Amino acid sequence: MSELGVLSVTDNLEKEPIRKGFGKGLLAAGQANTAVVAACADLTESTQMNLFKEAFPERFVEIGVAEQNLVTVASGLAAMGKIPFVSSYAAFSPGRNWEQIRTTICLNDRPVKLVGSHAGVSVGPDGATHQMLEDLGLMRVLPNMVVIAPCDSVEAAKATQAMAVHPQPNYIRLAREATPIITSANTPFRIGAAYVYREGSDISLFATGTMTYQALKAAEKLKDDGIYAEVVHVPTIKPLDVATIVQSLKKTGAAITVEEGQINGGLGSAIAETIAENHPVPLIRIGMADRFGESGQPEELLDHFGLNAKHIRLAAQHILKGKTR
Amino acid sequence: MANSKRSVHELKDLANDIREDIIRMLEHAGSGHSAGPLGLADIFTALYFDILKHDPKRPDWPERDILLLSNGHCVPVRYATMARAGYFDRSELMTLRQFGSRLQGHPERLRLPGLENTSGPLGCGLSQACGMSLAMKMDDQHRWIYVVMGDGEQDEGNVWEAAMLAGKYKLSNIIAITDRNNIQIDGPTETVMPLEDLKAKWQAFGWHVLEIDGNDIEAVIEACTMGRAVTEQPVMIIAYTVPGKGVDFMEYDFHWHGKPPDHEQAVKALHELRTLGGKIRSEHE
Repeated sequence: MSELGVLSVTDNLEKEPIRKGFGKGLLAAGQANTAVVAACADLTESTQMNLFKEAFPERFVEIGVAEQNLVTVASGLAAMGKIPFVSSYAAFSPGRNWEQIRTTICLNDRPVKLVGSHAGVSVGPDGATHQMLEDLGLMRVLPNMVVIAPCDSVEAAKATQAMAVHPQPNYIRLAREATPIITSANTPFRIGAAYVYREGSDISLFATGTMTYQALKAAEKLKDDGIYAEVVHVPTIKPLDVATIVQSLKKTGAAITVEEGQINGGLGSAIAETIAENHPVPLIRIGMADRFGESGQPEELLDHFGLNAKHIRLAAQHILKGKTR
Repeated sequence: MANSKRSVHELKDLANDIREDIIRMLEHAGSGHSAGPLGLADIFTALYFDILKHDPKRPDWPERDILLLSNGHCVPVRYATMARAGYFDRSELMTLRQFGSRLQGHPERLRLPGLENTSGPLGCGLSQACGMSLAMKMDDQHRWIYVVMGDGEQDEGNVWEAAMLAGKYKLSNIIAITDRNNIQIDGPTETVMPLEDLKAKWQAFGWHVLEIDGNDIEAVIEACTMGRAVTEQPVMIIAYTVPGKGVDFMEYDFHWHGKPPDHEQAVKALHELRTLGGKIRSEHE
């Protein structure tokens, strides 16, 4: 276990869906503050809001399959001093209701907490319609919005509780499949902070959400190639922890970004902007390269689309060849 | 409450003054919507000077009634009425749509105390009212929530999502007023996208529906009184209004939905409104 309480990926890690951590975090947030309320668009169990609903039925609102209404009702709840968490699949919220989020939540400055579950291709058999890939970009461009993608269920619980006491509108991205738990109770989480999960000197791997585990795995394998990769976990895509990112860039001089979503608009874009403006270094962005997913098993899809440790390792080898030319 | 009740005659006179302010504001701004605000002047006068529990000196008074404007493009009528009610000085009305003004082209809550929502993109006011009402229910709080919405905006699916929810949860502290003026940007509502049978639609969604002449101030006040007596159901007041009301060449003409009068038209409009004002006052004497 590292100083930050990050577990070693060579260990046999326990797995749990990230959304489960959200469910536990929301329950805790609800216990801590009676102003915390929740609403869902007909996916209460899938998005793990059922724990909260069972504990606080009078503070839960079933909206039905109506995502535009979900977020605008939440704007009204927040107007009366509530801290509303509203959930659906990310493909539908914030996929379908972007303008309502922009006008009635961001411009109107209401601290609504948006929860988008089942993001990424690892949703699997449901196919491209349900594999949300554009949410980070959609939310990142909105003034006033905070964007969070935790790496495992333990961090998701912490992030959810942090959202409940944060004054701005927030978006949290969750995944469906069981994801290895790489953090522990002592691992720090603060909205707006990035963390060096593994120190290295040759290249920086900036990862978010489910891909942080893959980046740590890749870093372990890269040791065999004589490459010492630094893994920076970026759970908050906005506001971006520029200081931590630039510090790592200065140390390593090369970068790879890894996310389970479109490289255009998401973490890849955010880091590319930071690199270009602060400390230009060679960069490869790993993610969905301007394409949609398809049905399949999570593992085979991640491999097909190049979203695992194997592909991160190849990219690192490639970029470092160029660096030493 | 700062405003003491006024007679119907006084209110009519006031509504006419507000129409004059709207014409001046729009002419000065050089852009904006004419027909809707003029048509809504009687409803807003009734709301701010009789119906609403509010205090212009304390816009965030926790016990106030809430007025949401869903069709944000009609905000000139709200600004003009708020100024008359004492929220801010009337001279500020001439800053409408100008750089640095609190009176944005479409209302922004954070810019001007007394606004309850930020709107413009259509179809969202009722949902926000639902959220507010649900929160009040959770807190055992009772306040009235009034929502002014357009008829054209009822093309938006979001409106009917909210309608369904308010019916389900029996949000009876919501009183919505539809400005049924039968016009929208592209033409008459029934040509662009037919809304009728509007009353039956709202009833089918579980609402108690009242129909009134929306340019009759007494009728507006009476309908809201009746609406507040309804329990277990949200209330929709379909208020039939004349778009461009008070200005002959604007009345019923959808071309005036989204444009302001030029100087010559404004002079003509103000002349008509002044004549109308004189008539209202002479009737009273």
